[in-house]
Amino acid sequence: MSNMLEINNLHAGIGETQILNGLDLTVNSGEIHAIMGPNGSGKSTLAQVIAGHADYRVSAGTVSYKGEDLLEYEPEERARRGIFLGFQYPVEIPGVNNAYLLKAALNAKRRHNGLAEIDAFEFLQLARKKMSDLGMDPVFLNRGVNEGFSGGEKKRNEILQMAMLEPELAILDETDSGLDIDALKAVAAGVNALRDPARAIVLVTHYQRLLDYVEPDFVHVLSDGKIARSGDKSLALELEEKGYEWIREAAAG
Amino acid sequence: MSTDPSNLDSLVNRRYEHGFVTDIETDSLPPGLDEDVIRAISARKNEPEFMLEWRLKAYRHWLTMQEPEWAHLHYPKIDYQEISYFAAPKSDKDKPQSLADVDPKLLETYDKLGIPLHERARLAGVAVDAVFDSVSVATTFKEKLNDAGVIFCPFSEAVMEHPELIKKYLGSVVPRRDNYFAALNSAVFSDGSFVYIPKGVRCPMELSTYFRINAANTGQFERTLIVADEGSHVSYLEGCTAPMRDENQLHAAVVELVALKDAEIKYSTVQNWYPGDEEGKGGIYNFVTKRGDCRGASSKISWTQVETGSAITWKYPSCILRGENSVGEFYSVAVTNNMQQADTGTKMIHIGRNTTSTIVSKGISAGRAQQSYRGLVRVLPQASGARNHAQCDSLLIGKECGAHTFPYMEIKNPTAKIEHEATTSKISADQLFYCRQRGISEEDAVNMIVNGFCKDVFKQLPMEFAVEAQALLNVSLEGAVG
Repeated sequence: MSNMLEINNLHAGIGETQILNGLDLTVNSGEIHAIMGPNGSGKSTLAQVIAGHADYRVSAGTVSYKGEDLLEYEPEERARRGIFLGFQYPVEIPGVNNAYLLKAALNAKRRHNGLAEIDAFEFLQLARKKMSDLGMDPVFLNRGVNEGFSGGEKKRNEILQMAMLEPELAILDETDSGLDIDALKAVAAGVNALRDPARAIVLVTHYQRLLDYVEPDFVHVLSDGKIARSGDKSLALELEEKGYEWIREAAAG
Repeated sequence: MSTDPSNLDSLVNRRYEHGFVTDIETDSLPPGLDEDVIRAISARKNEPEFMLEWRLKAYRHWLTMQEPEWAHLHYPKIDYQEISYFAAPKSDKDKPQSLADVDPKLLETYDKLGIPLHERARLAGVAVDAVFDSVSVATTFKEKLNDAGVIFCPFSEAVMEHPELIKKYLGSVVPRRDNYFAALNSAVFSDGSFVYIPKGVRCPMELSTYFRINAANTGQFERTLIVADEGSHVSYLEGCTAPMRDENQLHAAVVELVALKDAEIKYSTVQNWYPGDEEGKGGIYNFVTKRGDCRGASSKISWTQVETGSAITWKYPSCILRGENSVGEFYSVAVTNNMQQADTGTKMIHIGRNTTSTIVSKGISAGRAQQSYRGLVRVLPQASGARNHAQCDSLLIGKECGAHTFPYMEIKNPTAKIEHEATTSKISADQLFYCRQRGISEEDAVNMIVNGFCKDVFKQLPMEFAVEAQALLNVSLEGAVG
């Protein structure tokens, strides 16, 4: 197992508000990490900083990805190097065909890796296969990106994109929130299918629920912008039982 | 002043006063406009007397008119005496002799647009015989059209060969006195195209000015007349996605379409004239009058336009829905970037019963550009059962541009059904970040979002035109973000 993502003493915020206060995290390939924590603890900020959202400013610390300084790269360069963010609120892009976006994304990555672009026929075959694995109606390919999708459909669409792009580091930001049990199972199956010794997955989640279906190797609890406690999957169950206050008190005491 | 064409020489010689160099092969009138100039234009073209009279009447009326000021456009006053109203095409000797002589920047743009190599030379104005022989291709087309009985020729040729058709239809849709720019065009029009599709004929190919044998520069005052006789069908493509070489700043074209009973005309335009530099200097002023007359019952006229060029655009392709059950359509994408200004839209005049019109307008503004949609839907008292649906969407890129919508409706019949939808949106930072997180560059993301926004219009264009139009949009919006 090699070192995929290494975060040291990360301080970051949005505007004048400081959100992450010295966060450390190491993720190796082949691992699944769950990052939990109460609202406002900095979970989504961590995801956005890794993906390179311009609104988030890093004031101190380092983020290295496969041995390179990740913060040097533009968002699209990070994506092409294998980082995928599953958005908490996937945006709608009216009129832009879902298949078109997906194919453009796939080819941007293939070009970066020196591979030939995938043609329309190969692409459709691949997309149909992945969609059937996820239990998605192929008709979604021809709709506008997330245009008029239900919450569950948007999240499945994120998982479809992940399955197509085969990232090395996937960060799923509250992908489980707002899903009914069938959608949750479908999303979990999609994540489990991507489990691979060469890939790392970071699940950002508020609830334990998703972890019943995707078993993490490590669970971290964020509090006030840093990791307050790390453990194995039993930590998630303990949290479920005792609530986040328990961590906060423990951190304070 | 004298009306004798023999005075031509003295007119032509007037250029010496202005220090022009004479060249036997160039054949231009000096700047300025009066009745003698109009006589000279008419004489150069060997026009019959009726044509000269028509021009003179237009000119005399134009003198009484005022340049319109109601449009949301700002530009310096045009001095009509500073313009030269007749310039014969350049001789091959004055043209670039090969692509190596052409501005590399222009060639770079052709490359981005994916224009085939052999077309680049023609577009860049390279002397034709130095490049390839297009005559054989054109001849094949001409024969095919002849077999079908279709007339497709330069306007000046039609005046000579088919005067009865010209007399019958010229000015019957856009009268000489229609508006300031139409009157000016009527007086001085240089050339253009004439199309006549006989009864019941479906034109065997899409007609394009591109394939016309005499494809020489038709100049700044173009005149087009298309007549579709009963039950006929024609699709006409105007313009080109590639930037055209043009030295004239003022363009005032007139296009007239006549659709008789059960006839259908589809008119598609891609306009990409020079928009000026980033400060707006040097761009083309484009004042166009385009109108179609659904004269017969169940006829149909459809305008589709992609407008990305010109510094100033003033253009309202319209339909007069005279025949019962006739149909008018207007699909438009207009892009303004940097300092470009466009005031464009359509008019749908419902006269016949059960007439239907559809308006889909997509405006994209970037840089410091200003764009207005101006549309009129008029339903006359006798037009019972008229229906109109209008959708006007604006997309803003950046903070310094503007979009304005001026929909006018005059509904005089209580049975009419009129719907108007309008939206204004911005390309959001969230949309861009989402695409970039998927590995797509910011520029490609903007192109993708803009093309998605325009999809409803692009799907109306003939296939290859649509592909070119998409590429054109991308080039037009280069540097609009970031």
